[in-house]
Amino acid sequence: MSTLSYLDAGRLALQQEMRRDPLVWALGEDLGRGGVFGQYKGLVEEFGPQRIVDTPISEAAIMGTAVGAALVGTRPVVEMRFSDFALCAVDELVNQAAKARYMFGGQGRVPLVVREPSGMWRSSAAQHSQSLEAWYTHIPGLVVVAPATPVDNFGLLKAAIRCDDPVVYMEHKDLWAVTAEVDEAAEPLPLGRARRVRAGRDLTIVTWSGMLRQVEAAAALLDDRPSIEIIDLRTLYPWDQEAVCASVEKTGRLLVVHEAVQTGGFGAEIAATVAEALFGRLKAPVRRLGAPRIPVPYAPPLEAVVKIAPAQVAEAARALVR
Amino acid sequence: MAGPPRSNFDAERMLAHYRLMTRIRAFEETAEAALKAGEVKGAIHLSIGQEATAAGVCANLRRSDLIASNHRGHGHTIAKGASPEAMMAELFGRATGTCQGKGGSMHIADFEIGMLGANGVVGAGILIAVGAAQGVRLRGEDRVVACFFGDGAINRGPFLEGLNWAKIYALPVLFVCEDNGFAATTRTAALSAGGGPDVRAQSLGIPATIVDGNDVAAVDDAARELVQRIRAGSGPQFLLARTYRLKGHTAADAAAYRSAEEVAARQQDEPLGRCAEALKLAGIEARTLDEIAETARLEMAAAAAAARAAPWPSRELAWSDVQDVGAPLAGAR
Repeated sequence: MSTLSYLDAGRLALQQEMRRDPLVWALGEDLGRGGVFGQYKGLVEEFGPQRIVDTPISEAAIMGTAVGAALVGTRPVVEMRFSDFALCAVDELVNQAAKARYMFGGQGRVPLVVREPSGMWRSSAAQHSQSLEAWYTHIPGLVVVAPATPVDNFGLLKAAIRCDDPVVYMEHKDLWAVTAEVDEAAEPLPLGRARRVRAGRDLTIVTWSGMLRQVEAAAALLDDRPSIEIIDLRTLYPWDQEAVCASVEKTGRLLVVHEAVQTGGFGAEIAATVAEALFGRLKAPVRRLGAPRIPVPYAPPLEAVVKIAPAQVAEAARALVR
Repeated sequence: MAGPPRSNFDAERMLAHYRLMTRIRAFEETAEAALKAGEVKGAIHLSIGQEATAAGVCANLRRSDLIASNHRGHGHTIAKGASPEAMMAELFGRATGTCQGKGGSMHIADFEIGMLGANGVVGAGILIAVGAAQGVRLRGEDRVVACFFGDGAINRGPFLEGLNWAKIYALPVLFVCEDNGFAATTRTAALSAGGGPDVRAQSLGIPATIVDGNDVAAVDDAARELVQRIRAGSGPQFLLARTYRLKGHTAADAAAYRSAEEVAARQQDEPLGRCAEALKLAGIEARTLDEIAETARLEMAAAAAAARAAPWPSRELAWSDVQDVGAPLAGAR
C-alpha cells in the first residue's frame, strides 16, 4: 500500500499495463512532456516515443488512428486532454470505434480506452468544464467509466485497458490531487459494479465521479438525520442496476446526484429504471439533482449557480424523508 | 484511346487486370439489377468506370497488406481478394455475407484478406488506414496499407489530419485518391480551393503521382513504384488517379446533373474498353476477351443465385457482437 493521488493512481495503472502488454500504448497531445495534467509523467522515458506518442492537435486523427491501430490488434489509450475536445472526434468514436465490430459481423474488435478529463475545475468556463457522460451511455458498443477515488482510478483504468470494447474513461479534473491508500498490487476492478460507500436506512443516493465528495459532505452535514446510503456507480454503462435496486428496495427512496445538466442526464435513466422496477415499493417520488440547463459560466459566483453543493443535497434529502 | 502497346507490355498481367476488372464490373451490374428488383436494400454506390484503380493498385499488394476503403468499395474489396459470393450475400443481407448481413454494401469488410472495411462516412477510412499502419509498425510487421478515397474526401478534416499524421510518423501508407469529378452529386472542382488533391498532399511533403486512372497499366506501373518506395521506408506516398464515375452517386441517382453527351464521351474512355483494345493490339483475340467477360457474368449470376438461396440471419444475430462488457441480453430493452 502507498499513498497515491487520483492522478498518480491512473499513471501507475497505465504504467503497469504497459509493462504487462507490449501492445498497450498511449497517444495524445503533449504526452512526451507528461500530458497536460502530468498523468503521463515519466512514461516516455520508460517506454519510448513509439508507445507514448506525442501527437498534433488533431483530435479526429488521435481517435481515428487509434481505431485503425486497434483493428490490427494493438491496445491504444487515447488521451483527449479535456472531454470537451473529444467532440472534435465524435465520428471516429461513435460511427467508427463503437460500431466496427458489429457492422463487420464480429470480424474486428476495437479495444481502445478514451481518457476524457471531465467536470468543473478552477473556473475553466464553458468549453473546459462539461460532464457529457450521458451522451456516451446512449451509444451501443461503448463502455462508460467514471472513477471517483484513487483506488478506483487505479483498478478501473487497468480494467478498461484490458477490456476488448471501446471504453470512454472519464476522470474528474477536480479529483487529480485527492489522495488515498492504494494497493499497487491490486487486480483490476470489475467494470459494471457499483460501490456502496456508506450504508444507511432512509434514503439511497446514487452518484459518481466528482459529485461523490459533495454527497459524502452532505451525509456528514445530515449526521444520520435522515440516514443516507451512498452508492458510487463507478461504471455508467453498463450500470449496476442490481446494486441500486437492492438499496432502494431497502430504503424506499432514491435521489440521484450528478454534476451534468439534469435534463437528459444519466440520472433520468436511473430514475426511470427504478420507477419501473420498484414503483410499489417507493415511499417517496424519485428525485434527481443535476445542473440547470445552462453552459458552465466563468466567474466563481456564476459557476456556483450550476455546481451542486452539499447543502443542496442535504436539503433534497431532508425533503424526501419527512 | 488505347495507344500502341508499351515496350514492356506484359500480356499475361494485362489479361489478369482485364479478368479482375470484368469481375468487378459484373459484380456491380448484377448488384444494380438486384437493387432494382428489390432484392438488395439500402443504398449501393457503384464504381463502374473506376475499376482500373482497384485492379492496378491491389495488383501490387500482398495478401498480408491492408486496405481501407470508402462507400464505393466493391472494386477494392474484390481486387484485394474477397469472395464475391460472400460480398453478394452481404448485399442481399444474408447470413452467409462477409458481415453476416449486419453491414451491407457500405460496411463490407474482410479481415482475412486484409480489407479493414468500407465506410459510410466520407474520409473516415483515411484515419483508419493511417492508424492501422501505426499499429503495424508497433507490432513490428512488414505490411503496407493502401487507402482508397474520392476527390470529395479532400475537403474533410480527416484528409488533412491523416496525411499530416502519416507524414510526421513516416508511416507505410499509400493514399489513393480516385478523382471521379464528383462530390456526391456536385462537381468537386466548384467546391475545392487550390490546386487539387496532389497539391494538397505535396504541401505536406508527401510526394504525389498523377496517373490516368482509366489506364490500368499506368495505374499498375505507378502503384508498383510507389509501393516499392514505401516498402523501402519512404513513408507515405500519394497517388492521384483521374477517372470518371459512369453511374450516379448511388445506384438510385440518375445523375441528371450532367449531360448524356458528357457521359457518352467518357464512356469511350472507360477502363475495360481501353484494356480490351490494348490486349487486341497485342494479339489477344476478341473471342478470348468475350469469354473472360462471359465467365465473369456467370460467376456473379451464380453469386446472386447463391445469395438468393441463402438463409436470412437469425433474429438472435441482431444481439451479438455489440460489446463484451454490458452485452445486451436478447429481447432486452
